[in-house]
Amino acid sequence: MNGSQFDMAAERPGRPLTGGICQPGFHRRHRMAGMVLLSALLLAGIVAGGILLGDSRVATHLDIRNAAPSLEYPFGTDWLGRDMLARTLKGLTLSLAIGLITATASVGIALVLGLMAATLGKTVDSCISWLIDLFLSLPHLVTIILISFSLGGGVKGVIVGVALTHWPSLARIIRAEILQLRSAEFVLTSRKLGRSRWWVATRHMLPHLVPQLYVGFVLLFPHAILHEAGVTFLGFGLSPQQPAIGIILSEAMRYLSAGIWWLAFFPGLSLLIMVRAFDVLGDNLRRLIDPHSAHE
Amino acid sequence: MPVLEVNDLSVAFAQYESGLRRKELTVISGLNVSVGSGEILAVVGSSGSGKSLLAHAILGILPGNARLAGTIRYRGETLTPARQAELRGAELALVPQAVTFLDPLMRVGRQVRLAARGSDPTAAQRAVFARYNLPPAVEKLYPFELSGGMARRVLVSTAVVSGAQVVIADEPTPGLDEAALRETLGFFREMADAGRAVMLITHDIEAALRVADRIAVFYAGTTIEVARAEDFADTGESLRHPYSQALWRALPRNGFIPLAGFQPANCNLVAGCSFQPRCPRAATECAKAEPPPRVLRGGMVRCHYAS
Amino acid sequence: MQWRNVTVFLAGKCLRMATLLTALCLLSFFLLRLSPIDPVQAYVGADMLQVGPEQRARIAEYWGLDKPPVEQFLHWASAVVRGDFGTSMIFRRPVLSVIGERFGASLFLMGAAWLLSGLVGFTLGVIAGMRRDTWVDRMIKWYCCTLASTPTFWLGLLVLTVFAVWLGWFPVGMGVPAGLLAHEVTLGDRLHHLVLPVLTLSVLGVANVALHTREKLIDVLASDYVLFARARGEAGMTLFWRHGFRNVVLPALTLQFASFSELFGGAVLAEQVFSYPGLGQTIVEAGLRGDVPLLLGVVLFSALFVFSGNLIADLLYRIVDPRIREGAGV
Repeated sequence: MNGSQFDMAAERPGRPLTGGICQPGFHRRHRMAGMVLLSALLLAGIVAGGILLGDSRVATHLDIRNAAPSLEYPFGTDWLGRDMLARTLKGLTLSLAIGLITATASVGIALVLGLMAATLGKTVDSCISWLIDLFLSLPHLVTIILISFSLGGGVKGVIVGVALTHWPSLARIIRAEILQLRSAEFVLTSRKLGRSRWWVATRHMLPHLVPQLYVGFVLLFPHAILHEAGVTFLGFGLSPQQPAIGIILSEAMRYLSAGIWWLAFFPGLSLLIMVRAFDVLGDNLRRLIDPHSAHE
Repeated sequence: MPVLEVNDLSVAFAQYESGLRRKELTVISGLNVSVGSGEILAVVGSSGSGKSLLAHAILGILPGNARLAGTIRYRGETLTPARQAELRGAELALVPQAVTFLDPLMRVGRQVRLAARGSDPTAAQRAVFARYNLPPAVEKLYPFELSGGMARRVLVSTAVVSGAQVVIADEPTPGLDEAALRETLGFFREMADAGRAVMLITHDIEAALRVADRIAVFYAGTTIEVARAEDFADTGESLRHPYSQALWRALPRNGFIPLAGFQPANCNLVAGCSFQPRCPRAATECAKAEPPPRVLRGGMVRCHYAS
Repeated sequence: MQWRNVTVFLAGKCLRMATLLTALCLLSFFLLRLSPIDPVQAYVGADMLQVGPEQRARIAEYWGLDKPPVEQFLHWASAVVRGDFGTSMIFRRPVLSVIGERFGASLFLMGAAWLLSGLVGFTLGVIAGMRRDTWVDRMIKWYCCTLASTPTFWLGLLVLTVFAVWLGWFPVGMGVPAGLLAHEVTLGDRLHHLVLPVLTLSVLGVANVALHTREKLIDVLASDYVLFARARGEAGMTLFWRHGFRNVVLPALTLQFASFSELFGGAVLAEQVFSYPGLGQTIVEAGLRGDVPLLLGVVLFSALFVFSGNLIADLLYRIVDPRIREGAGV
């Protein structure tokens, strides 16, 4: 990428004012690619930090309890003297892991149901649209609480709950996409050649859907992570020993009135930044992949 | 003296990118045209060649990234953006092409009344509806409920109630059948006969010839010829510009002879005369210098070799 | 004619809702049965010792514990249809009366936040759309995108720290001052306790409406009819009120009604942060302490709540938009 950027700069001076319709698009696309890289780096940094930071920093150090943010402890320490930066990074890594599992599962469900809705005829289609309505008829958080309760709590409950609540919107997009593809010329020709529905679906439609799925996957992440943190904050799912952001924040609540603000401030801010990074990543990827914006 | 006079008009679009570099796309360049009262001037050119922008430039409603050069005069007074804002809707009126130009959530009667500038908008609107055979119930309808014919008459009504002296109709006859076409063209003839100046912007040269007094031929962002309607006759010998002649001969009744090649979208792409790459009479001079507009046989032409 | 259309439409919607609710009952019931927590045990909870054997028998009878699952469900469902949702274990009162009381408190919170986020969001969206691509627009866009990524409960904690702990302007939590009897609480007290939760909850909804309104307004401003209005001499605020506002406010309103689901979810979190005794806090308590009847009741109630929002959104379009209202059944 660096090479081509250099080329563009070299080419610039002698160009006439009126030429090259695609020129401005190039510039923007480079910036979008830069944003993608930057957010990916940030996320990788969080994971690396979470894994590499030893457990010693999250161990109890009663001599440095409730230390305000300093150079050595940028996020401060808690009432057990644990380093909040290390706890936050570990919490974010856990969130990422849960986000990864749930987003993958959601995309899988959305893909299968979207494909079925668009290819298996009217009855299946209306059944699936009814199912989508069913899942959208409850607030996500309520569904997650219900599922988490029925599975007896634990990480399992959170993962299943979040995975089961996030597929409907993507399933709708996939269904619409397929319906559009279905009337495309090459698909019609294939059908006339006697190919089966399933053949057409997997050979012709799936390749077109992959970029969509990829972007859908990245955009699901922030929602999944926020819901995971929310439901953990409420006390469902993860046990207090696990360093999840939701748990950190719900513990921090008890120390707010004592003026220990950093317990809540930095972990939440980090979560916000991570979610935003995913948003930027997904949004720019979408625009990079979408052919309509190629000439912007 | 012409009521509306456009001199050396250029419209360009500035396109900024994230850096400081700016690109410019010239859509209209060095255009001259004028309309007198009681006259219909048709501006004829192929679809998508930027003719609508001429109407928008005269009214001063071009998008923000458009840059304008040249002068537009109304009754001898050079228009500034501020003056255009005062005149549009009062002295200058637009008749748009389709029903999509009406607010979908407002009853059409109200929309016509909003265009009226007199003391009693309701009376003015009812009078003009009656004049155009629109039943009184139509004023209570929403745009989506109008038939094609009603929509056209409502759109024409907005120009009439405004009392504007210059009416600019942008492609007012898209794909109409014979009866509807005759009716619509009749509306404009009637406006001109009442002393208004009408500019009819269209791609349909046959429709234009049936009603216009003069025809301005639009090519690659400029008027390459202004001719009397009578000049479009026989084999086109009286026409001054080779493009006008080609346009005339491409009509079904004149032999359907197509012209090879296509129009450049950006005015500055072709050096010299913009028609030169397609011109049967092109000479070396044509590629060097852009022909200036000159008066010829009671019309105007931009061609080095027209006689 | 038009009212007949609306009635037919309403009947169809309600029918769909009935099927959804039935399925939801079935689903929740069996989900909760799946739970490793024993209903009687959970029901009785920590107060096991205080519950006599005849009371345990009554609970078992309500749940039909000695019968097979399908029969159990039918037993429970028929009670629900009769309006008997059972008795809440935590509150020792009928579920419906608990929901009614808690929903009243939540309604204040959600209603105020809904109104505030709608107004602020719409205004921001209109400003951004009118001043497209200026620094104001960029600021608003950035602000909204950041808001959309902000965890509600964290925002609540921040608000709480700043306004309640540091500045001391507002109480730290609860719906009413501690230690007062119900009839001693004034409306002022209630409002005072409501400010911070409302602020937190409304911030959440702003982003959605603002971004949506901005997009819509940009579309409208680029439309043929606005161009024609400008050609007729309309400009500035007149143009906006005549043509922009009407065409933008309806989608925004619809979106607001359709966002009841997110509103409820946000309320659950906000109520938890502020210990506000609303329906959201109730479901959390019911879930954490295994109050099955209450949990079932709130789940069904929240579905009803979301459904009514969507129904209003749909109806609004049918009644207000002439294209659908007077058009032959779009």
